[in-house]
Amino acid sequence: MKIAVLVKQVPGGESTLRLNQNGTWINEDAVTYEMNESDNYALEEALQIRDSVGDSEVVAVSMGPDRVQKIIREALAKGAERGIHIQMPQAGLTDSLLAAREFAAVMKPEKFDLVLSGLQSDDLGLGQTGVILGEFLGMSTATLVVETKLETDGLKVKQELEAGWFQWVKMSLPASLTIQSGLNTPRYPSLKGIMGAKKKELKLVTAEVDKARQSIGKVFTQHSEKKTIMLDGSIDQVVEQLISAFKTDIKIL
Amino acid sequence: MDILVVLEASKGLIHRMSLEAITSAQYLGHELGLKVNVLALGKDAKALAQQASSFGLESVMLVENEQLSTYSADGFAEAVKQIIEKEKPAYVIFGHTYQVRDYVPKISARTNSPFLADNIGLKIIKGKPVFIKHLFNAKLAAEIEPQSEGTCLISFQSAAFQAENIKSGSGPIKSVTVDISEDQIKTRSEAPFREEAGGVDLTAADIIVSIGRGIGKEENLAIIYDLAKALKGEVGSSRPVVDAGWLPSSRQIGSSGQTVSPKLYLALGISGSIQHVVGMKGSKKIVAINKDSDAPIFELADYGIVGDIMEIVPKLTDALNP
Ligand SMILES: Cc1cc2nc3c(=O)[nH]c(=O)nc-3n(C[C@H](O)[C@H](O)[C@H](O)COP(=O)(O)OP(=O)(O)OC[C@H]3O[C@@H](n4cnc5c(N)ncnc54)[C@H](O)[C@@H]3O)c2cc1C
Ligand SMILES: Nc1ncnc2c1ncn2[C@@H]1O[C@H](COP(=O)(O)O)[C@@H](O)[C@H]1O
Repeated sequence: MKIAVLVKQVPGGESTLRLNQNGTWINEDAVTYEMNESDNYALEEALQIRDSVGDSEVVAVSMGPDRVQKIIREALAKGAERGIHIQMPQAGLTDSLLAAREFAAVMKPEKFDLVLSGLQSDDLGLGQTGVILGEFLGMSTATLVVETKLETDGLKVKQELEAGWFQWVKMSLPASLTIQSGLNTPRYPSLKGIMGAKKKELKLVTAEVDKARQSIGKVFTQHSEKKTIMLDGSIDQVVEQLISAFKTDIKIL
Repeated sequence: MDILVVLEASKGLIHRMSLEAITSAQYLGHELGLKVNVLALGKDAKALAQQASSFGLESVMLVENEQLSTYSADGFAEAVKQIIEKEKPAYVIFGHTYQVRDYVPKISARTNSPFLADNIGLKIIKGKPVFIKHLFNAKLAAEIEPQSEGTCLISFQSAAFQAENIKSGSGPIKSVTVDISEDQIKTRSEAPFREEAGGVDLTAADIIVSIGRGIGKEENLAIIYDLAKALKGEVGSSRPVVDAGWLPSSRQIGSSGQTVSPKLYLALGISGSIQHVVGMKGSKKIVAINKDSDAPIFELADYGIVGDIMEIVPKLTDALNP
């Protein structure tokens, strides 16, 4: 079985986000990058499916500037067989149709049986790239997948619905699934894996991008109207203030 | 056609987020001088159309088709695609529900229309709509501009508009047909179910001590249990703590977990991303402790403390245990 995983590089959750000078994106120099959270789960699921099926390969695909090679290498270190870097100068495409078209152009000749991606990117949060790509590749699709089961005649996935509900969905292959976090325990790369990753194939392709049809005009910080009382001082002082709020305002003591 | 709102059903009625979408459409229509239509499809289409007919709308389109009697992403996408191709709406608006996440990207691919997803607001700048969207899990927001000539697909996050603000009036119902064959539907879904959790019912709790990824590691949870005990409250959590297997899923609060409204919600090491916030924003009082002064949870909190939970929580517990 041939499995592709889309892995996107996004600012890590601990990064401080500052706007760039003209307020059109963040100041990229100030952030540390990591693999998008749900993509990491998608990668692990791909590796587990590969191991259970045998005679399979996992290909990690990422689009972006050169820095994204770091997470492709990370995927290779965790056990993916090959990587593809679709080179794109700007940080991210804000138009998923364009992004998916690029992925489709590069991935179509590979004839993947399964494409796994994250359910949503932690930077743009559009939540659509994997499904659009599935359409472009003529695949079955499912979103918010929390469990996968290969069957003799296709695939069965458990899909998360709202408020703690689930549903099993059956489909034929090839399929593109968007993966929800928490469905497995992502592995850490071993030292041997890290060494071995250097020797694995990482193919570079150049993206040819049309004009985006949805774009970011301005980025800003949003403030609500709600008045928040910030408690200040030493730890003992804030604890004291909080206890008094528990008594007088919140009335739980 | 100007604007089309696609309705989703919830327990046989129009989903609250579809009502909010109608409000957004009426606002957009008012600002740009455009007419608003709605589309009802699926098993409950007739009931939804009836309900919508008392709103101020240009028309209520009713699609009844055997292939849409159970939801499938392929079937629903195909139906809406055919309506778009026939009616050529400028804007098609949805509530950003799980179902919309599931099938609207397909419409985007099939009609080559951009999908501006998960917006929290809408502004008109120089006669053109600009959509406001969260970036980086609500840490920043951005103005998103459609650059498209043709149809634009739009979805709004819960509570971006108020359902109560729908303008009433009358919307004439007209039946429309779509042509869908069974082999166009590539997935088959089984009946929805709930996990037999046997877990806690957090909705009944007066005090919830809720912990997020900021706890760092499983062993650190001890300080949270101690605090919950001292406050006689229940322990709740954000998704990453459940994903890591440190707490059972019945403790998860948010869009895929429980929705709670206790007297006190203590958000500890939780950033405040929307999928968590929808589950706890109804709390009477919210106290947030977070080491990042820019964390979005502080926008929502009644009381905020910028600091390390590992230092503050044990002291708070001590102060509560005389
Ligand atoms: C479809 C969908 C459904 C989802 N459903 C849910 C859901 O039901 N519930 C849910 O919670 N999430 C849900 N999520 C995930 C959600 O988007 C966020 O990723 C998640 O809520 C983040 O959890 P967090 O705030 O604990 O972690 P983070 O966003 O990583 O925040 C951790 C916070 O801890 C702070 N911190 C770190 N260390 C310390 C310290 N020592 N002291 C004080 N503060 C510290 C950091 O400053 C940061 O603000 C869903 C996502 C999607 C896409
Ligand atoms: N530039 C990219 N490189 C690799 N994967 C991507 C990229 N953009 C989107 N994806 C994948 O698509 C998923 C959903 O992204 P989005 O539609 O932007 O929310 C991500 O979690 C990734 O798996």
